[in-house]
Amino acid sequence: MLHVAIATRAFRRYSTYTAATLAGIFTNSVFGVIYSYAYLALWDQRPHAGGYYSVDAVTYVWIGQALLMTVALWGGGSTDDLADRIRSGDIAIDLYRPVNLVGWYLAADLGRAAYHLLTRGLAPMLVGAFLFELRWPSTPLTWAAVPLSVTLAVVVCFAVRFLFAATAFWLLDSQGPRMVSGVLAIFFSGLALPLVLFPGPLKDVAFALPWASYLQTPADVWLGQRTGRSLVAALGLQAMWALVLLAACQLVLAAATRRVVVQGG
Amino acid sequence: MSLIEVHNLERIFTVRKRSGRFRRTASEVRAVHDLSFQIDAGEMVGYIGPNGAGKSTTIKMLTGILVPTSGHLRVAGLDPSARRTDLARRIGVVFGQRTTLWWDLPLRDSFELLRKIYRVPPERFVHNLAEYVELLDLGDLLDTPVRQLSLGQRMRGDIAAALLHDPEILYLDEPTIGLDVISKGRLREFLRTLNRERGTTLLLTTHDLQDIEALCDRVIVIDHGTAVFDGPLSELQRGDGSSRTLVVDLVDEAPAIEVAGAVTRKVEGPRQWLSFPAHVSAAPIVAAVAASYDLADLSIHEPDIEDVILDLYSR
Amino acid sequence: MAEPTKGLTRAVADYRAIAAMWVRAALAYPASFWTMSLGSAAITGLDFVAIWLMFHTIDSLGGFGLAEIGLLYGATGLGLGVADLLIGSVERIGDHVRRGTLDAMMVRPVSLLVQVCADEFQPRRLARIAQTGLVFGWAATYVDWTVPRVLVAVEMVVAGSVIFFCLFVIFSCLQFWTSEASEFANAFTYGGNTVTQYPLTVFPKELVKSLTFLLPLAFVNWYPCLYLLGRDDPYGMPGWLRFASPVPAVLLCGVTALVWRRGVRHYTSTGS
Repeated sequence: MLHVAIATRAFRRYSTYTAATLAGIFTNSVFGVIYSYAYLALWDQRPHAGGYYSVDAVTYVWIGQALLMTVALWGGGSTDDLADRIRSGDIAIDLYRPVNLVGWYLAADLGRAAYHLLTRGLAPMLVGAFLFELRWPSTPLTWAAVPLSVTLAVVVCFAVRFLFAATAFWLLDSQGPRMVSGVLAIFFSGLALPLVLFPGPLKDVAFALPWASYLQTPADVWLGQRTGRSLVAALGLQAMWALVLLAACQLVLAAATRRVVVQGG
Repeated sequence: MSLIEVHNLERIFTVRKRSGRFRRTASEVRAVHDLSFQIDAGEMVGYIGPNGAGKSTTIKMLTGILVPTSGHLRVAGLDPSARRTDLARRIGVVFGQRTTLWWDLPLRDSFELLRKIYRVPPERFVHNLAEYVELLDLGDLLDTPVRQLSLGQRMRGDIAAALLHDPEILYLDEPTIGLDVISKGRLREFLRTLNRERGTTLLLTTHDLQDIEALCDRVIVIDHGTAVFDGPLSELQRGDGSSRTLVVDLVDEAPAIEVAGAVTRKVEGPRQWLSFPAHVSAAPIVAAVAASYDLADLSIHEPDIEDVILDLYSR
Repeated sequence: MAEPTKGLTRAVADYRAIAAMWVRAALAYPASFWTMSLGSAAITGLDFVAIWLMFHTIDSLGGFGLAEIGLLYGATGLGLGVADLLIGSVERIGDHVRRGTLDAMMVRPVSLLVQVCADEFQPRRLARIAQTGLVFGWAATYVDWTVPRVLVAVEMVVAGSVIFFCLFVIFSCLQFWTSEASEFANAFTYGGNTVTQYPLTVFPKELVKSLTFLLPLAFVNWYPCLYLLGRDDPYGMPGWLRFASPVPAVLLCGVTALVWRRGVRHYTSTGS
């Protein structure tokens, strides 16, 4: 199948950068250690802050480092290629292909995400487990829900990144919008600080936004914070954002294609 | 003492290749081997050889970018890698493949920055800039960002940039690559003028024999890291081995053409390749062939650098 | 003895000339400059927003209040910010090696380190300095200033900048040997900035000792701030460490010079 082939090729492409991956795992681990101690100090003051215990908070840190690259939280992934190709004009070639562009780039991003999950996702978790006490999923249902939640996280993040990268069709240089996207992602995904610690109204808003799907939701699934109905609701919200945003991508793409065709590439 | 002195220069590279999953084998590549030559001030020297012969490696050693493995190397009395910044004031380098200019800014800004870096006295700079702008036809381009220039325009900009500080030596590494015929001609004319009027020593590495014919009185041929020829160009081309090729397309197939002064090397259907000495005129041979055979088309191929060197080896 | 100072003035003049050109290039696109600057300030500011939000739940972290942490955060941010501004494209020296642009630099009569540090001088990096400076300024209003404290504060920011600058260059030099490990440096530079944003009391004593004697990041803000805030050292480390920031800064300069020279020698001996 074509999309599997695209994903496999992306996986392989990223797997050639062994030294960079190792360096990245090291960096992830260093930041994991720093934030772990910082959160331990916070939870020392308030042992049940945000409904978490300190072991949850530390686990959250390492999940954050693991998902950071997997989801391509603050940028990167196939959408950077998209932005480059729009800027250089090569996108015109892609638009004439009979394959849907969104599907193409999504497949590539999933391939990349698979590689990053196995390397810069798994390895830091193991480092974190070695250095600190972490909470692991306790029921088979949780173990099953986590991969689903992570996959949805990748898709939602991809769609958002796609939309910001697609601004290049109109602005030519999408660096600014992508930077905005990064800022919003770092804050509203819960990477800078777990959303559970956000003050009341801000917390409610943040949980409803798509960025929560990147990290906060998968982390809560892993930590067993979402069970039964609230688990279904959480996954459902992720899925809804994925569908809505992918649809938005298709609309934007259609508009961009019209523009490119009219302007002659 | 010569301006450029090279004695027994060696440059060995260690190349590591993956053999199997985790092992690596190291092999030695002799990029430059036992290279010796001297260049005096004011000479125009062509430095030619096939790809991978060691041309760029030599230039890198002469400019101090690369340290020789062994041997003696002095440029303007200085050891290039030890006295890099001192030597840099007195040389100019034009890299054919990449630019030394700053990509996003207008040409004028690059020149202005170079003026500051090389500490060119203002009057000298104004004079040089005016002269090179005129000679290299850069007037309209001064306010264009370098990234918007065509290859030929950028090359001219690079040359001006390399000369603003009145260097004694100008190194040109494949300067005419990618240029069209007209630009090549204009560039060659400019370099001849430069050497004649300012006495700038020119060392030109190229793959293009016509560059050499137009510019260089002296030629050093390098192959597999060693100089296989060092002398006047005329001597190189008038050698017995050098030959040109007449490619003849006959109307009908025929056995190998026999004609005085040429040897038929290859026959493929109606097309035949005839070899004759390079210094001899092609006209009598063409006439002889046309008299005896029905011709559909013909063309003459100049000896290329590979042929010249192969011939050198066969001597 | 005149030679080193003459070399230094020349280096500064060359740096200024090259950097000025990049500033002009950046200001030629004012819209882009301002968006990127604001975006950059937002990204660096998020760290402090996170800490500020933490203080909605707690009122001290590691025994330090928000303003005190603000002082730590601001000081390390200023140090990293100034260093980041001055290093140009050093972090990507591997790119220069690969693309051959290092060669173009080597044929010019300017120190190679100066050229690499002035290359792609980005005025938008002033955003981090401005943002962390604001936080530092706010936190400084809570400090009981005396003349010695002002001097120590100045010394702290200068030494901090030098320390971060040296770390950037030293770790970037790895790229002379391997082209793929540029992210490795981030763990020490940006990681170093992050670890010092927090009061070192949140970390185990062994880590603090490593950051004192092995990788001298604690001198970037921690020890001087203890003096500025009039606090005792929670780990009982000697009091003179608070004034010793210039020492690791100078030592690191020496290490940087050695590592840089070694890296360049490797490049000129093996080519690209």
